Amino acid sequence: MTTTAAGKKPRRRRAFTKGDRLTLSLFVGIPTFLHLTWVWIPALATIGLSFTFWNGVQLSNIRWAGIANYNTIFTASPVFWDALRNNTYWLLWFTLIATPLGILLAYQIDRRIRGHKIYESVYYIPVVLSLAVIGIIWRFMLGPTGLVQVLLGYPGIEDAIPIFGNYKINTYVILTIASWRHIGYIMLLYLAGLKSVDSSLREAGAIDGATEWQSFRKIVFPSMKPVNTIIIVITVIESLRAFDLIYIIYGTSTGWPILGMLVFQNIYGQSASMLGAAYAVILLLLSITPIVFYLRTVFREDNP
Amino acid sequence: MTTMVVNKKYKNRQKRKDAMISVFIGIFALIWMTPILWTFWTSLRPYSDIIQKGVFSRPDTLNFGNYVDAYRQMDIWQYLANSFIVAIPAVILTLFFGSLLAFVVTRYSFRFNLYLLLLFTAGNLLPVQLVYAPLFKIYIWIGDLVGNRNILYDSYIGLILIHVALQVGFATFVLSSYMKTIPKEISESAMVDGASVFRHYWSVILPLLRPPLAALSVLMTTWIYNEFFWAIVMIKSDSKRPITSALGRLQGEFVTDYNLLAAGAIMAALPTLIIFFILKRQFVSGLTLGSTKG
Repeated sequence: MTTTAAGKKPRRRRAFTKGDRLTLSLFVGIPTFLHLTWVWIPALATIGLSFTFWNGVQLSNIRWAGIANYNTIFTASPVFWDALRNNTYWLLWFTLIATPLGILLAYQIDRRIRGHKIYESVYYIPVVLSLAVIGIIWRFMLGPTGLVQVLLGYPGIEDAIPIFGNYKINTYVILTIASWRHIGYIMLLYLAGLKSVDSSLREAGAIDGATEWQSFRKIVFPSMKPVNTIIIVITVIESLRAFDLIYIIYGTSTGWPILGMLVFQNIYGQSASMLGAAYAVILLLLSITPIVFYLRTVFREDNP
Repeated sequence: MTTMVVNKKYKNRQKRKDAMISVFIGIFALIWMTPILWTFWTSLRPYSDIIQKGVFSRPDTLNFGNYVDAYRQMDIWQYLANSFIVAIPAVILTLFFGSLLAFVVTRYSFRFNLYLLLLFTAGNLLPVQLVYAPLFKIYIWIGDLVGNRNILYDSYIGLILIHVALQVGFATFVLSSYMKTIPKEISESAMVDGASVFRHYWSVILPLLRPPLAALSVLMTTWIYNEFFWAIVMIKSDSKRPITSALGRLQGEFVTDYNLLAAGAIMAALPTLIIFFILKRQFVSGLTLGSTKG
């Protein structure tokens, strides 16, 4: 479109030919139709269904429930609070441990220490694996005859100790496995951001006697603002979305309940109830803040 | 003069520190690789060997026997093929739709442009569990309407379409930020020459989009290949399952034969690992294009 002067965009009526108008509406219309029908309409329908009783079979059996489903969740479902606690652990662990470690790695690798190319690839490998594969790989580490069992002194299958079923440690174990992937992901995102930081600024700081920590805090971190926001948002969203890994390790049982699994248990299969829809809405409400935050960041400099 | 001395002193100190950091990160990297190397090691040994001699034993035999067995007993090839039957059309369609939308929102200033982009990007971030139940109903309902229940549910097409619907937002977002860097003059001259909208898109803009399209296709192939949730809920027949969701089942079935399962897991991991090592540059730039607007 013709932009005349900087910042000034006259909304000019264009004379499109009939063919052009058809092309344009198809270009926009087909993807939008697909996206609305496949994503937004079902999402809105779930919100509506969360206020009903329904077993998911006959449409005519839907009964209005008001907030009964939410009531059940908040007052009569201890598993909900367990799940909320686990999701919170996940979020805290990612925010306080995994994400900072990813940033630290990115910072060191960006300084081109010896072997930085190899390290970059090594730390990134878990990110390209599916969580299904990651779950299985870690079972080889932790399950009977697993490497960790041997290192702990339980080499035989008979004397292996349960790790995933041990409620004292399984939270840490799961979060360690999740971090194995998350750290590399954060490292890569941060590394890309670091490439845009002016290196002469850092050198100047170093000559003036700034320690590494000072130069990171005073020079690098402030100039990474958009990347920082995105990393925070990704950390929060990933913590809320967690599902695959838990499914692979525990199946559909509530061995280590999280919100994503509660939705799945209640909405999938024979025993579906709209309790699942209510769980999904709670998950949505928790995700809205990071989503809005993300949209605001990426669209800020972007207004057409 | 003095600054140079200070500088040198500083550099020496820093060099020693860097060497230590490098060693430390290197040790950490070895630990990082251990789970994969251990799985690979396990996959090369027969199960009976481990049962007889324990896990930490010198192996009598190291071979690809488990891989042959995995191939024979687990239908791994079928599952791998399913993954690509879903991923490849899904990626092509996503990029096609994404490029159409990005073209319209960046080359024409309609009032709805920003809202459209917002809608798609937000849709991409919704929790998938929120979408599942009504979409499942819609699939069944469309199936009944055309007289074939499995036209969308339990079919490759249904799985492909949900991937496209969800991912097209991300593709549009990345492609449109790239397209903004293409000078408007190119479009103007196309319009002055009287090119139709379609020609403008197809012959002028699309060829210029090769770099981000390459990057996105690598990234999205991996994403869709690794995707798990939709593959479990929308595919019922075992023979149509993509590899990731099939592994979930095999894990239960072959629970007593760890070494065979190890071979299966390694085979499932290989395609993405190969893609990553061959096309690392595209992979990384695809991810960073979208997240940091570089």
